[in-house]
Amino acid sequence: MAVVPEIKQLQHLGWRAGFGESPLVIQAWSKKRRKEVVRKVIMGPEAGPDPVKVVDETDLPDYQRIRKMGAEERKMVQKMNTDGIKDLNVLWTHAMISSEHPLREKMALFWHGHFACRTQNVLYNQQLLQVIRQHGLGNFGTLLTEVSKSPAMLAFLNNQQNRKQRPNENFAREVMELFTMGRGHYTEKDIKEAARAFTGWSYDEVGQFRFRKNFHDEGSKTILGKTGNFQGDDVIKILLEQKQTAKYITEKIYKYFVNDQPDEAIVAKLADKFYQSDYDLRALMQEIFLSDWFYDDRNIGTRIKSPVELLVGLRKTVPMQFEQEEAMLVFQRVMGQVLFYPPNVAGWPGGRSWIDSSSLMFRMRVPQIILYSQEFNIRPKEITPEMGEGQNYKMTMQVNEFLKKQYARRVNASIDWNPYIAAYKEVPREQLADRISQSLLLKNSSINKELLEKYSDSSTRENYIKTVTIDVMSTPEYQLC
Amino acid sequence: MLIHRRRFLQVGSLASASLMLPKFLKAMEKGELVPPGNKVLVVVQLSGGNDGLNTVIPYRNDIYYKMRPTLGIKREAALSLNDELGIHPALKSFKALYDDGSLGVLNSVGYPNPDRSHFRSMDIWQSASESKDYWNTGWLGRYLDAQCKGCDKPTQALEIDDTLSLALKGDAVKGLALTDPQRLFGASNDRYFKELLAKKKHDEEHQNVDYLYKTMAETISSAAYIQQQFKTYKSKEAYPNTELGRNMKTIAELIMTDINTSVYYVSHGSFDTHVGQQGQQQRLFEQLSDALQTFTADLKKNHRFDDVLVMTFSEFGRRVGQNASGGTDHGTANNMFLIGGGLKQQGVLNEGPDLQHLNEGDLQYKVDFKNVYATLLKKWLGADDQAILKKQYEYLNFI
Repeated sequence: MAVVPEIKQLQHLGWRAGFGESPLVIQAWSKKRRKEVVRKVIMGPEAGPDPVKVVDETDLPDYQRIRKMGAEERKMVQKMNTDGIKDLNVLWTHAMISSEHPLREKMALFWHGHFACRTQNVLYNQQLLQVIRQHGLGNFGTLLTEVSKSPAMLAFLNNQQNRKQRPNENFAREVMELFTMGRGHYTEKDIKEAARAFTGWSYDEVGQFRFRKNFHDEGSKTILGKTGNFQGDDVIKILLEQKQTAKYITEKIYKYFVNDQPDEAIVAKLADKFYQSDYDLRALMQEIFLSDWFYDDRNIGTRIKSPVELLVGLRKTVPMQFEQEEAMLVFQRVMGQVLFYPPNVAGWPGGRSWIDSSSLMFRMRVPQIILYSQEFNIRPKEITPEMGEGQNYKMTMQVNEFLKKQYARRVNASIDWNPYIAAYKEVPREQLADRISQSLLLKNSSINKELLEKYSDSSTRENYIKTVTIDVMSTPEYQLC
Repeated sequence: MLIHRRRFLQVGSLASASLMLPKFLKAMEKGELVPPGNKVLVVVQLSGGNDGLNTVIPYRNDIYYKMRPTLGIKREAALSLNDELGIHPALKSFKALYDDGSLGVLNSVGYPNPDRSHFRSMDIWQSASESKDYWNTGWLGRYLDAQCKGCDKPTQALEIDDTLSLALKGDAVKGLALTDPQRLFGASNDRYFKELLAKKKHDEEHQNVDYLYKTMAETISSAAYIQQQFKTYKSKEAYPNTELGRNMKTIAELIMTDINTSVYYVSHGSFDTHVGQQGQQQRLFEQLSDALQTFTADLKKNHRFDDVLVMTFSEFGRRVGQNASGGTDHGTANNMFLIGGGLKQQGVLNEGPDLQHLNEGDLQYKVDFKNVYATLLKKWLGADDQAILKKQYEYLNFI
């Protein structure tokens, strides 16, 4: 196997543990020992994440009154929710772009797909986002518990309807199938019994978890071979005792951060350690990023970026401000990943499913649309209102109207090329094309200099850098990291 | 120089046409553009959950009028199909197709444990999974996987849209989405992309790099192929100037060519009529009726109607009772239309909806939609339905 140059290894780390790093950062990293770099990437700054916040609990309408509200007032509440979720999307994207701890946001994005959830309530979304940002690199048990007790998830998986007299199994099923063990490692009976244990798990109007004793089934349950008077917390404990949970989570993390074709021996070893560490996610990530196999050629530049990674990576490389930040949502929609709107409880399938003829052609045009301010001549599919028995019908129509209006519009962004160009200050003219493609692409054997030269604008050094950059970003290889 | 180049191109295309000479000549003799037997399926998705009860109206049923005091469609307004059922007044061309023996109506179609979420239910219809399963491929995508191994162009299934639906995504092969063949050709005919492709080295790259380049190559060659075919026929019919009208025209023009496409997919909506259903459904049905009228007339004139089958579906029907806003909320079972000159059974194919045995105010399904898919895959497209649907479903008899 070919030896991977150190610079390439560090670029690889920058993409997998975040959204790509600039040549200047990579240069700085290259002066340190790997252990030190990884430590910094893993630990980040001392302070926890600033919450991505668009609403305050005290600003919220009295949800108990919602049934008595008039049409106008209801409309306002819906608008607040819809706009709020849009703002959350924009603000979180900004956090990914400018975070001092990119791995934390990358982990949160991973968990956002793992704990896939849709709710029309902006506060619930905001709370769940904070949970995955805060605990995404902490202890998996804590993360799982916090997510499972979030109103967003309890509502999405119908645990409000899970009561002693009439158990609803949806929540218990997904906690086992999607959050912990994966299919085939438990029986239908286990789900039924677990559902009984989760009865009474509920929440109130301000988004606080509540255990409602009157709804809870106090009887004895048998789950995965254990018998007792279990409650929800006991189920989570039992699930964490199963080695299969560590295996399932490790494999998913490996597929996301290393390679979508898992190496079984490595995954098994990682899972063992993960289990021994009592589910310490930080230790698991450190193990991965310190391993030599992580830097194998076969793991580099092979992962198809998700639409959000593509957009964030682009904006991290060349700083910019959209005239209308909602444009981000249109890009996300066309490419198939709108934050807070996973396709279903299983999340985005990822990998090659991101790519078909139209999505690939669009993805290759994204840099031109943004950086040359070209027309946006793709119309995303209409969206439909969800989760509100149609209360959001009119809002949805407005969103669709907005999308239609975007059609054939130019995407206006003010682009700050200066820091990007400055990073190439020392590079001689004849080496520019090569250096640009090396720093933007992990795999770049096909992108030859003559081609870039031919399509570039060489009237000034600046224009040359810009046009070569845009052309390098418009390649199939730029879809990969 | 330019003229010479053109001459060369003409000779070039004639040369390739001559490879298919027998079929080509036979079709020419009969004054037809494409030889018969070239079966085509057109899927029309009514997005948003169309209200089936006001589409095929049980106008002899008191329960229907009782539960829909203002929204129910009066017997005299409905276009009558038989003693029990009539069709929405705006669907005039459907009534004409019915009289003509080219329409099949399948009632009470659905699936076990229905999901009332648009997303989820649409997923289920598009992937053809059970409602407890989550599949990442669509039923037509898996049709492509089965039929199109080693094909150089994924043009067997086309979606007339800017983005591709799950229905057309297979594991190995995915359909192609386009709104306008000319525009697709323009976008893919980018010199830079073409040169990238030409200069691609083929040594020791990871398979995802190859996958991306393969997809790009297929898109470029498909776009050229579609555009080349598309040029060969222009419809003489005046299609309505609506989005669906334009899309149906594109489909008809492609059907009339010798293109290898066997499945077309198009969406029309939104039928999510929680509020003020009457006007919205009326408007959408008029567009649907007008577009299908021109489309079927076009096919008939060109002797293609027997080989084309149109199927309509929606992710769910709506609740039986109307709501307080003059609309209806998300429900369950629904009806499907089958349109074509090649139907073996026509008219109303099964009993109308059973309003006496509702499940908490919702209709109960009698026919699983996967039986319809199995029938279309096996009997119409000649594909291995069991492999595609991952289960053997019983066939229906409409074809």
